[in-house]
Amino acid sequence: MLELKDVHTYYGNIHALKGISLKVEKGEIVTLIGSNGAGKTTTLRTIQGLLRPRSGSIVLEGEELTKIPPHLITERGVSQSPEGRLIFPRMTVLENLEMGAFSRKDKDGIKRDLERVCIVFPRLKERVKQKGGTLSGGEQQMLAMGRALMANPRVLLLDEPSMGLAPILVEQIFQIIQELNKQGTTILLVEQNARMALSIAHRGYVLQTGHIRLQGDAKRLHDDEEVRKTYLGEE
Amino acid sequence: MRPWQKVLIVAVNIYLLLFFGPVAGFDIFRIIPEIASKPSTLLQQLLIGIANGSIIAIIALGYTLVYGIIELVNFAHGDVYMLGAFMSLTIIGAFGVTAESTGAQKIVAILVAFLGAVAFTATANVTIERVAYRRLRNAPRLASLISAIGVSFILQNVGLFWGGLKAFFPIMGVNAAAPKAFPELIGRIDVFKDILGWNVPISFSTKDLLVITVASSLMIGLRLFVQYTRLGKAMRATAENRDAAKIMGIDVDRVIAFTFLLGGSLAGAAGLLVGLYNNTAVFTMGFTAGLRAFTSAVLGGIGNITGAMLGGFLIGILAAFSDQYFSSRWTNAWVFAVLVLVLVFRPTGLLGESIGQKA
Ligand SMILES: Nc1ncnc2c1ncn2[C@@H]1O[C@H](COP(=O)(O)OP(=O)(O)OP(=O)(O)O)[C@@H](O)[C@H]1O
Ligand SMILES: [Mg+2]
Repeated sequence: MLELKDVHTYYGNIHALKGISLKVEKGEIVTLIGSNGAGKTTTLRTIQGLLRPRSGSIVLEGEELTKIPPHLITERGVSQSPEGRLIFPRMTVLENLEMGAFSRKDKDGIKRDLERVCIVFPRLKERVKQKGGTLSGGEQQMLAMGRALMANPRVLLLDEPSMGLAPILVEQIFQIIQELNKQGTTILLVEQNARMALSIAHRGYVLQTGHIRLQGDAKRLHDDEEVRKTYLGEE
Repeated sequence: MRPWQKVLIVAVNIYLLLFFGPVAGFDIFRIIPEIASKPSTLLQQLLIGIANGSIIAIIALGYTLVYGIIELVNFAHGDVYMLGAFMSLTIIGAFGVTAESTGAQKIVAILVAFLGAVAFTATANVTIERVAYRRLRNAPRLASLISAIGVSFILQNVGLFWGGLKAFFPIMGVNAAAPKAFPELIGRIDVFKDILGWNVPISFSTKDLLVITVASSLMIGLRLFVQYTRLGKAMRATAENRDAAKIMGIDVDRVIAFTFLLGGSLAGAAGLLVGLYNNTAVFTMGFTAGLRAFTSAVLGGIGNITGAMLGGFLIGILAAFSDQYFSSRWTNAWVFAVLVLVLVFRPTGLLGESIGQKA
Protein backbone atom coordinates (compact mmCIF):
# COMPACT_ATOMS: atom_id res chain seq x y z
CA MET A 1 0.00 0.00 0.00
CA LEU A 2 2.71 2.49 1.06
CA GLU A 3 6.22 1.91 -0.17
CA LEU A 4 9.42 3.92 0.27
CA LYS A 5 12.30 3.11 -2.03
CA ASP A 6 15.83 4.33 -1.34
CA VAL A 7 14.69 7.64 0.14
CA HIS A 8 17.38 10.23 0.88
CA THR A 9 16.43 13.34 2.87
CA TYR A 10 18.70 16.21 3.82
CA TYR A 11 18.54 19.14 6.22
CA GLY A 12 20.77 21.53 4.32
CA ASN A 13 24.05 19.60 4.30
CA ILE A 14 23.00 17.11 6.94
CA HIS A 15 22.25 13.76 5.37
CA ALA A 16 19.44 12.52 7.65
CA LEU A 17 17.93 9.62 5.68
CA LYS A 18 20.52 7.62 3.82
CA GLY A 19 18.44 5.39 1.61
CA ILE A 20 15.35 4.23 3.47
CA SER A 21 13.26 1.47 1.91
CA LEU A 22 10.20 0.20 3.69
CA LYS A 23 6.74 -1.11 3.03
CA VAL A 24 3.42 -0.94 4.82
CA GLU A 25 0.73 -3.35 3.65
CA LYS A 26 -2.98 -2.75 3.96
CA GLY A 27 -4.31 -3.59 7.40
CA GLU A 28 -0.89 -3.79 9.04
CA ILE A 29 0.67 -2.10 12.03
CA VAL A 30 4.28 -1.51 11.11
CA THR A 31 6.60 -0.02 13.67
CA LEU A 32 9.72 2.03 13.15
CA ILE A 33 12.04 1.96 16.14
CA GLY A 34 15.47 3.40 16.74
CA SER A 35 17.37 5.60 19.13
CA ASN A 36 17.27 9.39 19.31
CA GLY A 37 18.27 11.08 16.10
CA ALA A 38 17.98 7.91 14.03
CA GLY A 39 15.64 9.59 11.55
CA LYS A 40 12.22 8.31 12.54
CA THR A 41 10.51 11.70 12.59
CA THR A 42 12.33 12.68 9.42
CA THR A 43 10.89 9.60 7.72
CA LEU A 44 7.31 10.50 8.70
CA ARG A 45 7.75 14.14 7.70
CA THR A 46 9.15 13.04 4.36
CA ILE A 47 6.17 10.77 3.71
CA GLN A 48 3.78 13.62 4.55
CA GLY A 49 5.58 15.97 2.15
CA LEU A 50 6.73 18.40 4.85
CA LEU A 51 10.27 17.53 3.78
CA ARG A 52 11.24 16.73 0.22
CA PRO A 53 13.53 13.78 -0.39
CA ARG A 54 16.51 14.56 -2.59
CA SER A 55 16.13 11.17 -4.26
CA GLY A 56 14.09 8.01 -4.00
CA SER A 57 10.40 7.37 -4.33
CA ILE A 58 7.37 7.17 -2.08
CA VAL A 59 4.38 5.38 -3.58
CA LEU A 60 0.89 5.19 -2.11
CA GLU A 61 -1.35 2.68 -3.91
CA GLY A 62 0.45 3.17 -7.19
CA GLU A 63 0.72 6.95 -6.94
CA GLU A 64 4.04 8.75 -6.55
CA LEU A 65 3.86 11.14 -3.58
CA THR A 66 7.21 12.91 -3.92
CA LYS A 67 5.88 15.03 -6.76
CA ILE A 68 2.72 16.37 -5.18
CA PRO A 69 2.38 19.13 -2.55
CA PRO A 70 1.68 18.23 1.10
CA HIS A 71 -1.96 19.27 1.12
CA LEU A 72 -2.67 16.85 -1.72
CA ILE A 73 -0.76 14.08 0.03
CA THR A 74 -3.22 14.48 2.91
CA GLU A 75 -6.07 14.34 0.44
CA ARG A 76 -4.69 11.08 -0.98
CA GLY A 77 -5.07 9.53 2.47
CA VAL A 78 -1.98 10.15 4.61
CA SER A 79 -2.42 11.80 7.97
CA GLN A 80 -0.37 11.89 11.12
CA SER A 81 -0.15 12.65 14.76
CA PRO A 82 3.18 14.48 14.58
CA GLU A 83 6.09 14.68 16.98
CA GLY A 84 5.33 17.41 19.54
CA ARG A 85 1.59 16.99 18.81
CA LEU A 86 1.30 20.36 17.06
CA ILE A 87 -2.31 20.89 18.04
CA PHE A 88 -3.85 24.33 17.45
CA PRO A 89 -3.66 25.86 20.94
CA ARG A 90 -6.12 28.72 20.43
CA MET A 91 -8.74 26.67 18.67
CA THR A 92 -11.27 24.66 20.62
CA VAL A 93 -11.03 20.89 20.80
CA LEU A 94 -13.96 20.63 18.40
CA GLU A 95 -12.34 23.05 15.94
CA ASN A 96 -9.11 21.06 16.13
CA LEU A 97 -11.00 17.91 15.24
CA GLU A 98 -12.84 19.67 12.42
CA MET A 99 -9.52 20.85 11.00
CA GLY A 100 -8.49 17.20 10.85
CA ALA A 101 -11.27 16.63 8.31
CA PHE A 102 -10.34 19.73 6.30
CA SER A 103 -9.63 17.92 3.05
CA ARG A 104 -12.83 15.86 3.14
CA LYS A 105 -16.12 16.69 1.49
CA ASP A 106 -18.33 13.85 2.77
CA LYS A 107 -20.35 15.52 5.54
CA ASP A 108 -21.93 12.28 6.76
CA GLY A 109 -18.60 10.51 6.91
CA ILE A 110 -17.12 13.40 8.91
CA LYS A 111 -19.98 13.25 11.37
CA ARG A 112 -19.57 9.52 11.78
CA ASP A 113 -15.83 9.86 12.37
CA LEU A 114 -16.41 12.63 14.91
CA GLU A 115 -18.71 10.29 16.83
CA ARG A 116 -16.14 7.53 16.57
CA VAL A 117 -13.37 9.78 17.93
CA CYS A 118 -15.63 10.78 20.82
CA ILE A 119 -16.19 7.12 21.64
CA VAL A 120 -12.51 6.25 21.39
CA PHE A 121 -11.47 9.32 23.43
CA PRO A 122 -14.31 10.13 25.84
CA ARG A 123 -12.02 12.69 27.51
CA LEU A 124 -12.07 14.79 24.37
CA LYS A 125 -15.84 14.66 24.22
CA GLU A 126 -16.06 16.20 27.69
CA ARG A 127 -13.80 19.04 26.58
CA VAL A 128 -15.03 19.94 23.10
CA LYS A 129 -15.44 23.64 23.94
CA GLN A 130 -12.10 23.97 25.71
CA LYS A 131 -9.12 25.59 23.94
CA GLY A 132 -6.59 23.04 22.73
CA GLY A 133 -3.75 24.80 24.55
CA THR A 134 -5.45 24.31 27.93
CA LEU A 135 -5.52 20.50 27.69
CA SER A 136 -3.08 18.38 29.66
CA GLY A 137 -0.20 16.75 27.80
CA GLY A 138 -1.95 13.40 27.64
CA GLU A 139 -5.18 14.96 26.45
CA GLN A 140 -3.28 16.87 23.78
CA GLN A 141 -1.81 13.57 22.61
CA MET A 142 -5.33 12.15 22.33
CA LEU A 143 -6.42 15.26 20.47
CA ALA A 144 -3.54 14.91 18.01
CA MET A 145 -4.51 11.30 17.37
CA GLY A 146 -8.22 12.10 17.15
CA ARG A 147 -7.50 14.92 14.74
CA ALA A 148 -5.46 12.58 12.54
CA LEU A 149 -8.28 10.05 12.58
CA MET A 150 -10.74 12.71 11.44
CA ALA A 151 -9.02 12.60 8.05
CA ASN A 152 -10.16 8.98 7.76
CA PRO A 153 -6.70 8.15 6.41
CA ARG A 154 -5.62 5.16 4.39
CA VAL A 155 -2.36 5.24 6.32
CA LEU A 156 -2.13 6.72 9.79
CA LEU A 157 1.34 7.85 10.83
CA LEU A 158 1.90 8.06 14.59
CA ASP A 159 5.04 9.74 15.93
CA GLU A 160 5.67 8.60 19.51
CA PRO A 161 2.07 8.58 20.70
CA SER A 162 3.18 7.37 24.15
CA MET A 163 5.55 10.31 24.66
CA GLY A 164 5.17 11.87 28.09
CA LEU A 165 2.21 9.77 29.17
CA ALA A 166 1.67 8.01 32.49
CA PRO A 167 2.20 4.22 32.29
CA ILE A 168 -1.53 3.56 32.57
CA LEU A 169 -2.24 5.91 29.72
CA VAL A 170 0.54 4.37 27.62
CA GLU A 171 -1.12 1.02 27.95
CA GLN A 172 -4.45 2.57 27.04
CA ILE A 173 -3.02 4.34 23.98
CA PHE A 174 -1.52 1.11 22.67
CA GLN A 175 -4.84 -0.65 23.17
CA ILE A 176 -6.51 2.11 21.20
CA ILE A 177 -3.97 1.78 18.40
CA GLN A 178 -4.64 -1.94 18.23
CA GLU A 179 -8.37 -1.32 18.27
CA LEU A 180 -8.15 1.21 15.44
CA ASN A 181 -6.14 -1.28 13.44
CA LYS A 182 -8.76 -3.98 13.98
CA GLN A 183 -11.35 -1.54 12.64
CA GLY A 184 -9.32 -1.37 9.45
CA THR A 185 -6.82 1.49 9.77
CA THR A 186 -3.34 0.85 8.42
CA ILE A 187 -0.74 2.25 10.80
CA LEU A 188 2.93 3.21 10.68
CA LEU A 189 4.00 3.62 14.29
CA VAL A 190 7.18 5.37 15.43
CA GLU A 191 8.11 4.59 19.01
CA GLN A 192 10.83 4.91 21.63
CA ASN A 193 8.96 2.34 23.65
CA ALA A 194 10.20 -0.52 21.47
CA ARG A 195 8.89 -3.30 23.66
CA MET A 196 5.29 -2.09 23.52
CA ALA A 197 5.51 -1.20 19.85
CA LEU A 198 6.84 -4.61 18.89
CA SER A 199 4.19 -6.32 20.99
CA ILE A 200 1.32 -4.84 18.98
CA ALA A 201 2.94 -4.51 15.53
CA HIS A 202 2.91 -7.06 12.74
CA ARG A 203 6.27 -6.08 11.37
CA GLY A 204 9.03 -3.71 12.35
CA TYR A 205 12.04 -1.81 11.09
CA VAL A 206 15.01 -0.76 13.16
CA LEU A 207 16.49 2.54 12.09
CA GLN A 208 20.04 3.59 12.90
CA THR A 209 21.58 6.91 11.85
CA GLY A 210 19.52 7.14 8.69
CA HIS A 211 19.83 3.49 7.63
CA ILE A 212 17.49 0.56 8.05
CA ARG A 213 19.53 -1.72 10.26
CA LEU A 214 17.13 -4.62 10.78
CA GLN A 215 13.68 -5.53 9.60
CA GLY A 216 11.18 -8.31 9.83
CA ASP A 217 8.43 -9.91 11.77
CA ALA A 218 7.73 -8.07 15.03
CA LYS A 219 8.03 -11.21 17.14
CA ARG A 220 11.34 -12.09 15.54
CA LEU A 221 12.68 -8.58 16.14
CA HIS A 222 11.46 -8.77 19.69
CA ASP A 223 13.54 -11.92 20.23
CA ASP A 224 16.55 -10.70 18.29
CA GLU A 225 19.61 -10.51 20.48
CA GLU A 226 20.83 -7.18 19.14
CA VAL A 227 17.42 -5.56 19.49
CA ARG A 228 17.07 -6.88 23.02
CA LYS A 229 20.40 -5.39 23.98
CA THR A 230 20.20 -2.06 22.25
CA TYR A 231 16.53 -1.16 22.25
CA LEU A 232 14.90 -3.20 24.94
CA GLY A 233 17.70 -2.64 27.45
CA GLU A 234 18.14 -6.30 28.33
CA GLU A 235 21.38 -8.13 29.00
CA MET B 1 12.49 42.96 33.50
CA ARG B 2 12.50 43.35 37.28
CA PRO B 3 9.82 45.50 38.94
CA TRP B 4 12.36 48.08 40.17
CA GLN B 5 13.71 48.45 36.65
CA LYS B 6 10.23 49.21 35.38
CA VAL B 7 9.72 51.74 38.19
CA LEU B 8 13.01 53.37 37.28
CA ILE B 9 12.06 53.62 33.63
CA VAL B 10 8.71 55.16 34.53
CA ALA B 11 10.40 57.66 36.84
CA VAL B 12 12.93 58.64 34.18
CA ASN B 13 10.14 59.04 31.67
CA ILE B 14 8.04 61.23 33.92
CA TYR B 15 11.11 63.34 34.60
CA LEU B 16 11.87 63.68 30.91
CA LEU B 17 8.23 64.41 30.15
CA LEU B 18 8.00 67.22 32.70
CA PHE B 19 11.25 68.90 31.66
CA PHE B 20 11.35 68.26 27.94
CA GLY B 21 7.65 67.64 27.37
CA PRO B 22 6.84 71.33 26.81
CA VAL B 23 9.27 71.33 23.89
CA ALA B 24 7.13 68.65 22.29
CA GLY B 25 4.00 70.56 23.23
CA PHE B 26 3.21 68.62 26.39
CA ASP B 27 2.85 71.56 28.74
CA ILE B 28 0.17 70.73 31.29
CA PHE B 29 0.15 74.28 32.65
CA ARG B 30 -1.03 75.52 29.28
CA ILE B 31 -3.19 72.53 28.32
CA ILE B 32 -5.31 72.22 31.47
CA PRO B 33 -6.58 75.83 31.43
CA GLU B 34 -7.15 75.48 27.70
CA ILE B 35 -9.38 72.46 28.19
CA ALA B 36 -11.15 74.08 31.16
CA SER B 37 -11.97 77.21 29.20
CA LYS B 38 -13.48 75.33 26.27
CA PRO B 39 -14.38 71.72 27.12
CA SER B 40 -16.36 71.24 23.90
CA THR B 41 -13.10 71.31 21.95
CA LEU B 42 -12.04 68.23 23.85
CA LEU B 43 -15.16 66.37 22.73
CA GLN B 44 -14.69 67.65 19.21
CA GLN B 45 -11.11 66.35 19.09
CA LEU B 46 -12.34 63.03 20.44
CA LEU B 47 -14.73 62.70 17.50
CA ILE B 48 -12.09 63.78 15.00
CA GLY B 49 -9.73 61.26 16.57
CA ILE B 50 -12.23 58.43 16.23
CA ALA B 51 -12.93 59.31 12.59
CA ASN B 52 -9.25 59.52 11.67
CA GLY B 53 -8.62 56.47 13.80
CA SER B 54 -11.16 54.50 11.73
CA ILE B 55 -9.02 54.86 8.63
CA ILE B 56 -5.87 54.02 10.58
CA ALA B 57 -7.70 50.98 11.94
CA ILE B 58 -8.51 49.65 8.47
CA ILE B 59 -4.83 49.87 7.55
CA ALA B 60 -3.87 48.33 10.89
CA LEU B 61 -6.06 45.31 10.05
CA GLY B 62 -3.76 44.64 7.10
CA TYR B 63 -0.64 44.74 9.28
CA THR B 64 -2.20 42.51 11.86
CA LEU B 65 -3.53 39.91 9.39
CA VAL B 66 -0.17 39.50 7.70
CA TYR B 67 1.80 39.52 10.94
CA GLY B 68 -0.61 37.00 12.41
CA ILE B 69 0.00 34.54 9.62
CA ILE B 70 3.70 34.85 8.72
CA GLU B 71 5.09 37.02 11.51
CA LEU B 72 6.27 39.65 9.09
CA VAL B 73 5.85 43.37 9.64
CA ASN B 74 4.88 44.24 6.10
CA PHE B 75 6.48 47.68 5.89
CA ALA B 76 5.18 48.07 2.34
CA HIS B 77 1.58 47.93 3.54
CA GLY B 78 1.27 51.68 4.11
CA ASP B 79 2.50 52.29 0.57
CA VAL B 80 -0.03 49.87 -0.85
CA TYR B 81 -2.64 52.04 0.84
CA MET B 82 -1.09 55.10 -0.83
CA LEU B 83 -1.40 53.38 -4.21
CA GLY B 84 -5.04 52.68 -3.37
CA ALA B 85 -5.60 56.40 -2.87
CA PHE B 86 -3.80 57.18 -6.18
CA MET B 87 -5.84 54.59 -8.05
CA SER B 88 -9.09 56.01 -6.64
CA LEU B 89 -8.01 59.52 -7.55
CA THR B 90 -7.12 58.44 -11.09
CA ILE B 91 -10.47 56.73 -11.63
CA ILE B 92 -12.44 59.62 -10.17
CA GLY B 93 -10.42 61.95 -12.39
CA ALA B 94 -11.22 59.81 -15.43
CA PHE B 95 -14.93 60.13 -14.63
CA GLY B 96 -14.47 63.87 -14.40
CA VAL B 97 -16.81 64.18 -11.43
CA THR B 98 -16.52 67.22 -9.19
CA ALA B 99 -18.37 68.62 -6.19
CA GLU B 100 -20.97 70.00 -8.62
CA SER B 101 -21.82 66.69 -10.33
CA THR B 102 -25.16 65.02 -9.68
CA GLY B 103 -25.56 62.50 -6.90
CA ALA B 104 -25.88 59.60 -9.34
CA GLN B 105 -22.67 60.55 -11.13
CA LYS B 106 -20.81 60.75 -7.85
CA ILE B 107 -22.11 57.40 -6.66
CA VAL B 108 -21.14 55.65 -9.90
CA ALA B 109 -17.67 57.21 -9.84
CA ILE B 110 -17.14 56.27 -6.18
CA LEU B 111 -18.32 52.69 -6.76
CA VAL B 112 -16.07 52.20 -9.77
CA ALA B 113 -13.16 53.81 -7.90
CA PHE B 114 -13.82 51.45 -4.99
CA LEU B 115 -13.80 48.33 -7.17
CA GLY B 116 -10.81 49.55 -9.18
CA ALA B 117 -8.74 50.54 -6.17
CA VAL B 118 -9.51 47.37 -4.23
CA ALA B 119 -8.77 45.11 -7.21
CA PHE B 120 -5.55 47.01 -7.85
CA THR B 121 -4.19 46.97 -4.29
CA ALA B 122 -5.26 43.36 -3.73
CA THR B 123 -3.37 42.30 -6.86
CA ALA B 124 -0.38 44.44 -5.89
CA ASN B 125 -0.22 42.94 -2.40
CA VAL B 126 -0.49 39.35 -3.65
CA THR B 127 2.23 40.05 -6.21
CA ILE B 128 4.48 41.55 -3.52
CA GLU B 129 4.08 38.43 -1.41
CA ARG B 130 4.83 36.19 -4.37
CA VAL B 131 7.87 38.13 -5.55
CA ALA B 132 9.43 39.58 -2.41
CA TYR B 133 8.43 37.42 0.56
CA ARG B 134 7.57 33.85 -0.40
CA ARG B 135 11.11 32.72 -1.16
CA LEU B 136 12.33 34.24 2.09
CA ARG B 137 9.71 32.56 4.23
CA ASN B 138 12.16 30.07 5.71
CA ALA B 139 15.09 32.47 5.79
CA PRO B 140 15.97 34.43 8.97
CA ARG B 141 13.26 36.94 9.90
CA LEU B 142 15.47 39.92 9.07
CA ALA B 143 15.66 38.98 5.39
CA SER B 144 11.98 39.45 4.66
CA LEU B 145 11.86 42.56 6.84
CA ILE B 146 14.54 44.20 4.73
CA SER B 147 12.81 43.01 1.60
CA ALA B 148 9.64 44.72 2.88
CA ILE B 149 11.47 47.99 3.42
CA GLY B 150 12.84 47.72 -0.12
CA VAL B 151 9.37 47.18 -1.54
CA SER B 152 8.18 50.21 0.43
CA PHE B 153 10.80 52.41 -1.27
CA ILE B 154 9.89 51.03 -4.68
CA LEU B 155 6.19 51.71 -4.16
CA GLN B 156 6.85 55.27 -2.99
CA ASN B 157 8.72 55.87 -6.20
CA VAL B 158 5.89 54.34 -8.18
CA GLY B 159 3.63 56.87 -6.46
CA LEU B 160 6.00 59.71 -7.27
CA PHE B 161 6.16 58.63 -10.91
CA TRP B 162 2.40 58.22 -11.12
CA GLY B 163 1.89 61.68 -9.66
CA GLY B 164 4.10 63.06 -12.44
CA LEU B 165 2.00 61.63 -15.27
CA LYS B 166 -0.12 64.74 -15.55
CA ALA B 167 -0.29 64.37 -19.33
CA PHE B 168 -2.24 61.12 -18.85
CA PHE B 169 -4.02 62.00 -15.65
CA PRO B 170 -4.74 65.73 -15.53
CA ILE B 171 -6.16 65.34 -12.03
CA MET B 172 -2.60 64.72 -10.76
CA GLY B 173 -1.91 68.46 -11.11
CA VAL B 174 1.32 70.31 -11.61
CA ASN B 175 4.09 68.84 -9.54
CA ALA B 176 4.88 65.11 -9.21
CA ALA B 177 5.68 65.32 -5.50
CA ALA B 178 2.94 67.77 -4.52
CA PRO B 179 -0.21 66.69 -2.68
CA LYS B 180 -3.05 65.94 -5.12
CA ALA B 181 -6.48 67.42 -4.61
CA PHE B 182 -9.28 64.91 -4.30
CA PRO B 183 -12.64 66.38 -5.39
CA GLU B 184 -15.16 66.89 -2.58
CA LEU B 185 -17.74 64.19 -3.34
CA ILE B 186 -19.35 63.29 -0.03
CA GLY B 187 -20.17 66.70 1.34
CA ARG B 188 -19.92 67.86 4.89
CA ILE B 189 -23.47 67.92 6.20
CA ASP B 190 -23.55 68.18 9.96
CA VAL B 191 -25.34 65.23 11.47
CA PHE B 192 -26.04 66.93 14.83
CA LYS B 193 -27.16 70.37 13.63
CA ASP B 194 -28.55 69.86 10.14
CA ILE B 195 -30.00 66.35 10.40
CA LEU B 196 -30.91 65.86 14.06
CA GLY B 197 -31.50 69.54 14.73
CA TRP B 198 -29.47 69.55 17.96
CA ASN B 199 -27.90 72.79 18.93
CA VAL B 200 -24.50 71.59 20.16
CA PRO B 201 -21.13 73.30 19.90
CA ILE B 202 -19.45 70.30 18.27
CA SER B 203 -19.85 69.08 14.73
CA PHE B 204 -20.10 65.55 13.42
CA SER B 205 -20.37 65.38 9.67
CA THR B 206 -21.70 62.78 7.25
CA LYS B 207 -18.06 62.13 6.30
CA ASP B 208 -17.17 61.21 9.87
CA LEU B 209 -20.18 58.95 10.03
CA LEU B 210 -19.18 57.30 6.75
CA VAL B 211 -15.62 56.39 7.77
CA ILE B 212 -16.62 55.19 11.22
CA THR B 213 -19.42 53.02 9.79
CA VAL B 214 -17.26 51.55 7.04
CA ALA B 215 -14.37 50.77 9.39
CA SER B 216 -16.58 49.16 12.02
CA SER B 217 -18.43 47.01 9.49
CA LEU B 218 -15.19 45.88 7.90
CA MET B 219 -13.83 44.85 11.27
CA ILE B 220 -16.95 42.98 12.29
CA GLY B 221 -17.17 41.30 8.89
CA LEU B 222 -13.54 40.26 9.09
CA ARG B 223 -13.97 38.81 12.56
CA LEU B 224 -16.97 36.76 11.51
CA PHE B 225 -15.15 35.61 8.40
CA VAL B 226 -12.09 34.43 10.31
CA GLN B 227 -14.19 32.81 13.01
CA TYR B 228 -16.71 30.86 10.95
CA THR B 229 -15.77 30.30 7.32
CA ARG B 230 -13.73 27.41 6.02
CA LEU B 231 -11.07 29.73 4.61
CA GLY B 232 -11.07 31.78 7.82
CA LYS B 233 -10.43 28.66 9.87
CA ALA B 234 -7.65 27.68 7.48
CA MET B 235 -6.13 31.13 8.11
CA ARG B 236 -6.25 30.64 11.85
CA ALA B 237 -4.77 27.15 11.59
CA THR B 238 -1.96 28.40 9.35
CA ALA B 239 -1.27 31.25 11.78
CA GLU B 240 -1.11 28.92 14.76
CA ASN B 241 1.05 26.20 13.28
CA ARG B 242 2.06 26.06 9.66
CA ASP B 243 3.28 22.45 9.64
CA ALA B 244 0.16 21.22 11.38
CA ALA B 245 -1.93 23.15 8.86
CA LYS B 246 -0.13 21.35 6.03
CA ILE B 247 -0.81 18.00 7.68
CA MET B 248 -4.51 18.93 7.81
CA GLY B 249 -4.44 19.25 4.04
CA ILE B 250 -4.45 23.05 3.94
CA ASP B 251 -2.73 24.64 0.97
CA VAL B 252 -0.65 26.99 3.08
CA ASP B 253 0.75 28.99 0.14
CA ARG B 254 -2.75 29.76 -1.05
CA VAL B 255 -3.95 30.72 2.41
CA ILE B 256 -1.03 33.13 2.82
CA ALA B 257 -1.65 34.60 -0.63
CA PHE B 258 -5.30 35.03 0.31
CA THR B 259 -4.30 36.84 3.50
CA PHE B 260 -2.31 39.32 1.44
CA LEU B 261 -5.30 39.67 -0.87
CA LEU B 262 -7.51 40.55 2.09
CA GLY B 263 -4.96 42.98 3.52
CA GLY B 264 -4.46 44.60 0.13
CA SER B 265 -8.21 44.99 -0.39
CA LEU B 266 -8.55 46.68 2.98
CA ALA B 267 -5.67 49.03 2.13
CA GLY B 268 -7.38 49.94 -1.16
CA ALA B 269 -10.65 50.67 0.61
CA ALA B 270 -8.80 52.82 3.14
CA GLY B 271 -7.05 54.68 0.32
CA LEU B 272 -10.36 55.64 -1.29
CA LEU B 273 -11.88 56.49 2.06
CA VAL B 274 -9.05 58.81 3.07
CA GLY B 275 -9.26 60.56 -0.28
CA LEU B 276 -12.96 61.18 0.19
CA TYR B 277 -12.42 62.19 3.80
CA ASN B 278 -9.35 64.43 3.65
CA ASN B 279 -9.58 65.41 -0.05
CA THR B 280 -5.88 64.99 -0.56
CA ALA B 281 -3.36 62.33 -1.52
CA VAL B 282 0.43 62.46 -1.63
CA PHE B 283 3.06 59.82 -2.38
CA THR B 284 4.51 59.91 1.15
CA MET B 285 1.15 59.43 2.87
CA GLY B 286 1.77 55.70 3.22
CA PHE B 287 4.72 56.27 5.51
CA THR B 288 2.91 58.35 8.14
CA ALA B 289 -0.26 56.31 7.96
CA GLY B 290 1.80 53.12 8.04
CA LEU B 291 3.61 54.23 11.17
CA ARG B 292 0.37 55.05 12.93
CA ALA B 293 -1.38 51.89 11.74
CA PHE B 294 1.53 49.68 12.74
CA THR B 295 1.61 51.32 16.17
CA SER B 296 -2.14 50.72 16.48
CA ALA B 297 -1.72 47.07 15.60
CA VAL B 298 1.02 46.65 18.20
CA LEU B 299 -0.93 48.64 20.79
CA GLY B 300 -4.00 46.46 20.31
CA GLY B 301 -1.98 43.25 20.27
CA ILE B 302 -0.53 42.35 16.90
CA GLY B 303 -2.35 39.48 15.23
CA ASN B 304 -5.59 40.43 16.97
CA ILE B 305 -8.35 41.86 14.75
CA THR B 306 -10.35 43.61 17.48
CA GLY B 307 -7.10 44.87 18.95
CA ALA B 308 -6.10 46.52 15.67
CA MET B 309 -9.41 48.34 15.63
CA LEU B 310 -9.16 49.45 19.25
CA GLY B 311 -5.54 50.52 18.71
CA GLY B 312 -6.58 52.49 15.63
CA PHE B 313 -9.17 54.46 17.57
CA LEU B 314 -6.77 55.13 20.45
CA ILE B 315 -3.94 56.28 18.19
CA GLY B 316 -6.39 58.41 16.22
CA ILE B 317 -7.50 60.08 19.45
CA LEU B 318 -3.91 60.57 20.63
CA ALA B 319 -2.99 62.16 17.30
CA ALA B 320 -6.03 64.47 17.40
CA PHE B 321 -5.18 65.55 20.96
CA SER B 322 -1.58 66.11 20.04
CA ASP B 323 -2.58 68.18 17.02
CA GLN B 324 -4.89 70.31 19.14
CA TYR B 325 -3.18 70.59 22.51
CA PHE B 326 0.45 69.53 22.20
CA SER B 327 1.99 70.48 18.89
CA SER B 328 1.09 69.02 15.52
CA ARG B 329 4.76 68.93 14.52
CA TRP B 330 5.40 66.48 17.33
CA THR B 331 2.44 64.21 16.71
CA ASN B 332 4.46 61.48 15.03
CA ALA B 333 6.95 61.58 17.88
CA TRP B 334 4.14 61.05 20.35
CA VAL B 335 2.86 58.11 18.33
CA PHE B 336 6.37 56.66 18.29
CA ALA B 337 6.65 57.19 22.05
CA VAL B 338 3.51 55.09 22.51
CA LEU B 339 5.00 52.38 20.30
CA VAL B 340 8.16 52.30 22.41
CA LEU B 341 6.24 52.25 25.69
CA VAL B 342 4.01 49.40 24.52
CA LEU B 343 6.98 47.38 23.31
CA VAL B 344 8.76 47.86 26.64
CA PHE B 345 5.87 47.31 29.02
CA ARG B 346 3.35 45.17 27.22
CA PRO B 347 4.76 43.69 24.02
CA THR B 348 1.64 41.55 23.58
CA GLY B 349 -0.51 44.71 23.41
CA LEU B 350 -3.80 45.50 25.11
CA LEU B 351 -5.76 42.50 23.85
CA GLY B 352 -2.87 40.24 22.86
CA GLU B 353 -2.45 36.84 24.39
CA SER B 354 0.90 35.58 25.55
CA ILE B 355 2.99 34.34 22.67
CA GLY B 356 4.13 31.29 24.63
CA GLN B 357 2.26 28.66 22.69
CA LYS B 358 3.25 29.91 19.24
CA ALA B 359 5.22 27.26 17.44
N1 LIG C 1 15.55 20.89 11.43
C1 LIG C 1 16.68 20.17 11.42
N2 LIG C 1 17.83 20.73 10.98
C2 LIG C 1 18.98 20.01 10.97
N3 LIG C 1 19.07 18.75 11.35
C3 LIG C 1 17.97 18.13 11.79
C4 LIG C 1 16.71 18.82 11.85
N4 LIG C 1 15.78 17.97 12.32
C5 LIG C 1 16.44 16.80 12.56
N5 LIG C 1 17.75 16.90 12.23
C6 LIG C 1 18.75 15.82 12.35
O1 LIG C 1 18.31 14.70 11.61
C7 LIG C 1 18.56 13.51 12.32
C8 LIG C 1 17.28 12.70 12.46
O2 LIG C 1 16.37 13.42 13.29
P1 LIG C 1 14.91 12.90 13.62
O3 LIG C 1 14.19 13.99 14.27
O4 LIG C 1 14.33 12.28 12.43
O5 LIG C 1 15.24 11.77 14.70
P2 LIG C 1 14.27 10.80 15.48
O6 LIG C 1 14.60 9.42 15.09
O7 LIG C 1 12.85 11.21 15.29
O8 LIG C 1 14.73 11.05 16.98
P3 LIG C 1 13.86 11.15 18.33
O9 LIG C 1 13.65 9.78 18.81
O10 LIG C 1 14.80 11.89 19.25
O11 LIG C 1 12.62 11.89 18.03
C9 LIG C 1 19.19 13.91 13.64
O12 LIG C 1 20.57 13.72 13.54
C10 LIG C 1 18.87 15.37 13.78
O13 LIG C 1 19.92 16.04 14.44
MG1 LIG D 1 11.41 11.97 16.50
